[in-house]
Parts: sequence; structure tokens; C-alpha cells
Amino acid sequence: MEEKIKTKIVKQIRVDIDKCTGCRACELACSAFHARPRYGSANPAGSRIRVMIDELKDVYVPVRAGFYTPAECTGRYTYTIGSKEYRECGFCRVACPSRGYFKDPSSHLSLRCDMCESDTPLETPWCVTVCGSGALIYEERETTMTENEANPEEINIGLESLADQYGMQAILDTVARMSKTYPKNISGYQISERKNDQK
Amino acid sequence: MARQTPSLTKWMGIEKEKKMRYAEAGFNLEIDLTRGNIEREATDPKWTEFYLGGQGTAGKILWDRVRPEVEPFSPDNLLIFSAGLLNGTPVIGANRTSVDTFSPQTGRYSHSLFGGFFGPELKHAGYDKIIFRGKARDLMYLYIHNDTVELRDAGHLKGKGALETAHLLKQELKLPEAQVAAIGLAGENRVYMATIEHANSSASRGVGVIMGDKRIKAIVVRGTKNIHIARPKALFELIGPMYKQIHDRKDCGDPMSHEDDEAFHVDNFAWGNARKRIKGYWNKEKEIRWKALSDQVRNRWTGCYNCPKDCHQSVSYPGRPTYFQKCYSKLTYAMAAFEELDFNYDILGVTQQYGLDGFSTPQVLAFAVELYEAGILTDADLPGFPKTARERFFYLVEKIVRREGIGDALANGVYHAARQIGKGAEAFDHNSMKKFEQVPLKLGMVNFPYFLMYATGEKMNITQIEGSYPQVAIPDKEERRKFVDNWEAAPERFKKWYMEWEPQTHPSIEACVNICDWNEVMHYIDDSIGTCAWLSSFRGQFGGRPPYHIFNLPTFISLAAGIDLDPDSLWKKAARNRNLIRAINIRKGLRRADEKPPEDHWKKRDPEMEKKMLDAYYEFKGWNNEGIPTKNKLDELGLGFVSEDFLKRGILTENEMLPLAKEDAE
Repeated sequence: MEEKIKTKIVKQIRVDIDKCTGCRACELACSAFHARPRYGSANPAGSRIRVMIDELKDVYVPVRAGFYTPAECTGRYTYTIGSKEYRECGFCRVACPSRGYFKDPSSHLSLRCDMCESDTPLETPWCVTVCGSGALIYEERETTMTENEANPEEINIGLESLADQYGMQAILDTVARMSKTYPKNISGYQISERKNDQK
Repeated sequence: MARQTPSLTKWMGIEKEKKMRYAEAGFNLEIDLTRGNIEREATDPKWTEFYLGGQGTAGKILWDRVRPEVEPFSPDNLLIFSAGLLNGTPVIGANRTSVDTFSPQTGRYSHSLFGGFFGPELKHAGYDKIIFRGKARDLMYLYIHNDTVELRDAGHLKGKGALETAHLLKQELKLPEAQVAAIGLAGENRVYMATIEHANSSASRGVGVIMGDKRIKAIVVRGTKNIHIARPKALFELIGPMYKQIHDRKDCGDPMSHEDDEAFHVDNFAWGNARKRIKGYWNKEKEIRWKALSDQVRNRWTGCYNCPKDCHQSVSYPGRPTYFQKCYSKLTYAMAAFEELDFNYDILGVTQQYGLDGFSTPQVLAFAVELYEAGILTDADLPGFPKTARERFFYLVEKIVRREGIGDALANGVYHAARQIGKGAEAFDHNSMKKFEQVPLKLGMVNFPYFLMYATGEKMNITQIEGSYPQVAIPDKEERRKFVDNWEAAPERFKKWYMEWEPQTHPSIEACVNICDWNEVMHYIDDSIGTCAWLSSFRGQFGGRPPYHIFNLPTFISLAAGIDLDPDSLWKKAARNRNLIRAINIRKGLRRADEKPPEDHWKKRDPEMEKKMLDAYYEFKGWNNEGIPTKNKLDELGLGFVSEDFLKRGILTENEMLPLAKEDAE
């Protein structure tokens, strides 16, 4: 299999936790941007960014929602960084069953940060715009990555076995149907957003 | 055509409840502590239009439900936590919760606000207010998680520090994102200077003592419901650019919190028991040393909900638990004890956990030290009283929060302690007014707008009354013109008066009366909608450019809450709230004779002019010669139920139905 080197723009939000004041404006703005209709309500419980706060330990960590995982993890460590203690849950980005973060408070569907790129994307994610202290920093970074070049023979083998099982017509129908919506509905999160749009 | 069937809700007559409410939840929690009964009550949207919310609607409830005969420690007293009308909406810095009750110290209306995150969280849980009545038998805490509301035993939290209590409850309930308001040992023991502590903020001036009296150790609230906004898109477009502007602007937020030059406070405010001004105390050497200490003990600056300012510092002083500090409380203990900054940081580590007010407590401590030095308090009253001021303060704090020995009298504040101790102690109570400790300012020449604000304010602390009109005149006429030209916060008449104001001169009676009126009106607006005074009512006096003012607040209120307002109608609502709060105190016995700033507040007084000022202010307000709002004024403001009550009680007589003619007033 051949490998090809490609360049790609990666959007990211860098966090300077020493600058976070814990005001949670990011949570409010995020939840409002993703509300339906847009800005129709503001509810930090449905935000895709959360400031994990422990006042007595001076822990203030803004965390953006990552992927969904159906199972709890086994590691619940406490890390000491710069003489401060951080609970592992306090900077984990996962929406998981063991905590309420990153789930829509009414539907309980998991939420994920989309860098405010959904319909009519914003130039800068809202959370960064409202972060007065500069704890959230928006960055576009050019990155190189290697991509696997498709090997026609491997695809042949795969399709043949599927055709043996379901018949060639079923494969053709599926490909035709998928090509209409691909790649929009590949993740669970985008499907849930679609549903909301129909309201 | 399909037959129309009336909806079930209409049939049941609860259509009103279903109507969309903007900015507010539309429900209050009624907690009867004596019976342990909890109810969720729909509120009348008309009240919101009339009084806005926060302090305004709380004032209406206190007027309606607490008869004037009710003693503050009676179970019939209410303790009300109100989220401001705009709490939880995207309006920047609208996060203040108002606490309203009656104070055992003043015997009158008591009110304080705290910032942080509590009000918005309460809204998200689905409530605008928590109204406590009765008294719990044992120490309890109130648990609110959306629709689940329970009174729970707080025996295990007895004696715990205020922030420690919050931490323990969040851990125990596995709700790290909950917001907690709690009292410390001071509140539990009904110390009059007790505060209610929440995150980086606290409420003071007589509300913590009532929370303790009702045996409420803490309120835990977690809310995940939506708050609806009337015109959300327009509101977001408006506030989007404001985050950066407010963050960057030097003329909003707490001007003193980030400064290491403390000259303003240490050189101008009085030290000890409001006794001694030490001009020239400040110097560069102190500034370097104090700054180094602050940088060393500060964890970080923190902000309140949805506000880009960071006015509160999180502090860890060696050997003390982490606490939060804001504004001038960085110096109040040090100055009261004639000590340095390290002492202040050290003792705050103790007093914040006990939940003691950083303004009145230092004065009570300094008062006790003065009495000891004068021989009025002796070693019999203060067994083992240490020799240094530092140790004495720590000693007295322990006595006060436990109400041990002489601490029992001192826990009632300077006014009452002086009278309980007797033996001439009354003479040392020189800085209280309406029985409440005032800021330790001792100045030269009487300042008439300030005279009026001190005399007639209902909020007990000048910081809650002053703030829109600049404190000082600009000497250079050209500079003054420039200032006035950019002064968008000010109604036209103030621009004229400010242009005419030369340094070291008094503004006219008319100007003074109006200045007082404008200053207090802005606070009454903030305290009903929950916007922070540092962005609004308190802030115009330094720099003249608060982000919120009478001309733009109507837009924010209307976009968020759907109440259409213009500057005049907003001003009128604030005036209504101001008169309602006045009426509550009038019914509690407040009269002209009480409206006297401390004798020595200014060295040079002018009793004749002060009288004229007060007469003019009362007349301007539509109040009679005793400071009682007249029937005409009350009716004009839609407060007919107040005038009716005043007539029934004989507080107003039929002759006073018309505004007083000049000669009657004499």
C-alpha cells in the first residue's frame, strides 16, 4: 500500500489555564450558538465547552467536548501539575455515561465541539470571541499528514465478499443512497443536529 | 373546517402559566421552614413589568407579607433570595443575586447583593426567587436540582467554614457544577456582621444573621433548564463585541482591585475605629513590598458569571484555606488594626471562612480595642487579652463568632455593643448611622450630594448609593468640556451642572438633589435586573463611561426580557422601587430624625444648609417634611396600596393627600 503526504489546515483552540477567570462566558455563548433556533436560549448545561472548576484547589480548566463513549473508563487518576492537583475527569473531553458533561440536558444526546462550523460557520468560535481574559486562543495550523492511497485490489476483495452475501444490486443501491448524504451523516452527533433542524 | 376544541390548559385556567416568559422562570420557591413544606408558585408577569425583579419584586413581597410589628428574629420574617431579572440571559455581567429581609441590627429593611454564579443557576433550575419563612428546628440545607427541592439535615456541616461547606456539599452530592451559598460559624451563631458566602462573592449588611436564625446552613442549586430570551439574535449581535470592549476598558470593573498603588485608600480613609487619617503613609517602598506579597499569595484573578472583568482575587495565604477577596477589603482589617497588608491577608483567611463582613467587622474589632485602651473594657472582660494589635484582632474574632463573653455584645455591631457595655462606651460609637457601621471616612468640608446620599439612603452603605456623578470636579475647563462631550451616560441637566462645577465649590441645591436622585436610581435599576454596579451604577463616578447607563439599559432589558422601555419609563420603575423600599422603612418607624450622617463625618458642617438640602430633597421626591412619601406621589407611582396603608395607620393623614405647601413643611 502506498503512502502519500498531504497538507491540511487544522483548526484548534489552545487553552492557557493560568488566564482562565472561571467566568463561563464560553459556556453561555456556546450553548446559545448551538440552540435551535440559533441563540434561542442560553443554557450552559448544554454547552460543548465546560470550565471544570475547583475553587479551593485553584483549578480552572476549560474543556471542549470530544467524542462519545458508551462505557466508563477505568482510570480515575489524580495528576499533580505545578503543585496543583487535577482529577482526570476534570480534563477529559469525552461524553461518557459516568458524568453529565457534554450531553444535551433535555435529549441526553451526546454533544461535540464543532468549532462553530455548523450552518453559516463563524470565523472564530464563539467561546474564543467572548473569552476576555485570553484563556482560549484560536489557531489555524497547517499540518502534514500521510494518507493511505486506495488500493483497487483490496476494494475488489471487500466488495466481492459483500456481493456474495447480499447480491450486487443491494451494493449498488446502498452506494447510490450513501452518495447523496455522504459525508454529512457519518457521525451520531450530526444526525442529532439534523433532527433538531426539522423542528 | 375542523371544529376548534379548547385546549386542556385553557379549560383548567392555567393558560397564564403556559405563556412564554422571557428572561425569568416565572416561578418562586416558597419554603416554610417550620413545617418543612415546599411549594412552587407561579408568579404574576404584571409584577415583573411593574417592579422588574430582584430587589423590586422582593420589596413588594416584604411589604405585602411582613407586617411592621414582626421582629427580625420572628419566624414571620422572610428571607428572600432573588435572581435579578436579567440573570442567566446573555447580558454581560448580569449575575447579581439580591438578598432581602429585615435586620436585627437596624430593625429595618436589610438588603445585600452578591455576584458569582448563584442567580443564573437558580434561573436554570426554574426559579426566580427562594422565599424562606418560619424557622427550622435544626440546622438544614436546601437542595435544589431542577424539579427536586428538598430540605436536608446539615448537622454534619455545623461549624464548618462557608467555602468549605460548599466544597463538602458538592462532593457529597457528586454535583461539582452546583452553586452553593452558605454561612459560616458567624451566621450560625447569629452574629450581626455575618455574611452569606458564595464562590468568589458574599452578601453582607444583616442578611447572614437571618439565614443563621432560620437555621439554614446552605443552599445548593443545580439547574439545567433553558432560559428564553425575547429577541436573542439582536441581543447576541449587540453583546458580541462588548466582551472585548468591557475587558479592555479601564473605566469599568473594580478600579482598585488590580492596582498596587493603595494611596487612595490608605491616605484618605481613617485608620483604627474610623479615627485617624494618616496622610503621606503611602510610599514607593511600601508599594513594592505590598505588590510582591500580593503577587505571592494570589492564585489568580477570577470573574463572575458571564463577565470579562476579573475583580476578585483567589488568595492562598500560608496556613490558611483558599479564599476570595475583592475591592477595599484588602485593607480594612489592616487599617483598623494599624497593621500592614500581610496581616489583612492573614486574617481574611479566618474571617472569610467564618463568614464575616470585611467592612463592618474591622470596625467592631477596632472599637473593642479602643474600649480596652480607654479602660472601659478590662482584663475581666477580655481574659488573657494579647498585647499586639494583630493578636488582639484574632482573639476578638474568636470571641465574636462564638458569642463568648464580651463577644456576645460585640457580635451585635458597634451601636448595640456600645449600649450593652455602657460605662461611656456610647461615645466610642461615632461612625454608625441608623445603627449601622459606615465606611471609615472622615473628611474636611461637608459635601452636600454626599450628605443627602448618606442621610436618605436605605441601603446602609454609601457604596450602594453613590456612583453615577463624578466625585470630583475637573479644574481645567477645556478638559471638563471634553469630559462632558463624551459623557453619554449622563442626562443633559447633569452636563450643565458639571460644566458649572468649579473645584472646592458646592453645586446648587437643585443640582445636589438631582445628583443624589440619579445616583440612587441607577442602583435601584441594577439591583432589580442583577447587573453589576461595577459595570453600571457605581462606576460612572470614576471616568464617566460605564458600559451600562440609563440610555442603553432599556435596550438590554427589552431584548432580553421583552419588556419595552425607554429611559423615562425605566427611571420611573426605579423610582417606584425606591419609594416602595422607603415605605417599608417608614412603616418600620424611619423618620427625618434618623437621617443624620455621623457627626464627625465632615469636620466642617453647615447645619442650616444641610436642613435646606434635606427639605429640598424631600420636596423633590414628593415626600413630606418627615421624609414620608405623600399620597399623591405614591399614587402617581402606582403604589396606591402603600398610601392606603399609610392612611389607615395614621402615618399619613388626609391633609397630606396633597403635596405639602412650603409653609406646612416648616
